Amino acid sequence: MDQERNVCIRADRLSVRFTDHPILDHLSFEVPEGTVFGLLGPSGAGKTTLIKVLTGQLCQNEGKAEVFGKDTRRLTAEEHRKIGAMLDNYGLYERLSVYENLAFYADIYSIPRRGIPDILKSIGLYEARKTAVSKLSKGMANRLSLARALMGQAKLLFLDEPTSGLDPATTREIHDILLQQRKKGTTVFLTTHNMFEAESICDYVVLLHRGNIIERGRPVDICRKYDHLNKLHITLTDDTELALDNNRTSASAVKEFLEQGRIRSIHSSEPTLETAFIELTGKGLQ
Amino acid sequence: MKNMIAIFRKQCKDTLRNKTVLIQFLLFPAITILMAHTVKIPGMPEDFFVNLFATMYIGMAPLTSIAAIISEEKEKNTLRVLVMSNVKPCEYLIGVGGYVWLVCMAGSLVICMAGHYGWKTGLVFMGIMAVGILISLLVGAVIGIGSRTQMMATSITVPVMMVFSFLPMLSLFNGTVGKIARFLYSEQISRMLSQIDSFELTAERISVIGINIFIAALVFMATFRKCDLS
Repeated sequence: MDQERNVCIRADRLSVRFTDHPILDHLSFEVPEGTVFGLLGPSGAGKTTLIKVLTGQLCQNEGKAEVFGKDTRRLTAEEHRKIGAMLDNYGLYERLSVYENLAFYADIYSIPRRGIPDILKSIGLYEARKTAVSKLSKGMANRLSLARALMGQAKLLFLDEPTSGLDPATTREIHDILLQQRKKGTTVFLTTHNMFEAESICDYVVLLHRGNIIERGRPVDICRKYDHLNKLHITLTDDTELALDNNRTSASAVKEFLEQGRIRSIHSSEPTLETAFIELTGKGLQ
Repeated sequence: MKNMIAIFRKQCKDTLRNKTVLIQFLLFPAITILMAHTVKIPGMPEDFFVNLFATMYIGMAPLTSIAAIISEEKEKNTLRVLVMSNVKPCEYLIGVGGYVWLVCMAGSLVICMAGHYGWKTGLVFMGIMAVGILISLLVGAVIGIGSRTQMMATSITVPVMMVFSFLPMLSLFNGTVGKIARFLYSEQISRMLSQIDSFELTAERISVIGINIFIAALVFMATFRKCDLS
């Protein structure tokens, strides 16, 4: 991790159990300020539970959880104000309009309502400001939920699967907004089971499986660590498909195919976070 | 205070578009006016419909509406977001409860006007309604906090509401029911409303209503500790 940055979130041997079943099992990690941190794992891995603990909604059974250097169970109003959250379920008032939802939270956060039109324009919802939330598409509701999380001038954002079920264009828009926030120095903590999302926008990731951290680091470093999974996929002119290890041992075979003019296509498949996860657990992320 | 006002304002806008809750507020005042002005039966007490529907209003409107509002907020995660936005549970409950109490008081005023009381009797009527609505709010909040979904809240609200609103009416026709119903705040309120011209606070009325408030507050605190708001 980046040693020069201040730590925004710290978990130290954090454990949560429901009855006797461990949901989070002695997790330890740090999230540096101004980074995008991804928590990857399949459904049921404990991602949402971890967000609940870090936002002070749930108390851990063991260990420490700190945000801004303070125990998450003892966050003050001022510290809460620095935290924005976009949860798995939008948490929006469906009968109220887009504008009314933001106006309500502007009152709660004690920020002037006059800034709302600019926020709506920045997320592309200005034209829909009078529309009831119940009539918004999933992507629009997601963007509104994100806008609400951002409007308190948050220094730390918790996003629970922010692009789940969205089309690629809306996903891209949300990624752009998150990257802009990172530029401003905001720390983004997001959970996802989308490996492409994690690889493209996260500075650091942690792979979570059944409440345990099974891998951590920069996405590129994790992928490099599993480079032995790199394959060459060759389709021959007679439609035979081959998968060869991408190393010296395959060189002579490839050379031979090339000389014989038998190769129709050739491409390499570099290891991804998903392949690393499958290698570690035997299961996919979805 | 700021948060309570914001929640109150939000609830005003939300309820106007929530037909299920809106109908709870409007139904009994409207029926009272209609029945009081159209049905005249010889020998029937003068304020029969006013007393009957005022008691039913106390037993139904605040209870069902606050249970529906809280359980909906729990189900749709809006309450969790509010708590995460540093809105304290008591601020939320006072904001929503204050709103429902005020709207129900406005409905009570309409029912009171249908009774054509003098201003002194009218004040007593409103005072009695205020206490009744407050107890029903506590009971409704217990159901709302204890339910994870609106569906669950409705399935609990209906039988509870039937007990508090229908037993006083049934006790008019059946002495045995009356003997049981006298331990309910709604029955005591019904009796006070039917004798509003010679209103007096007997020991029985004070103790039954006091014990009802105490039990409701106790159950409310226990449910709040167990279930939390988020």
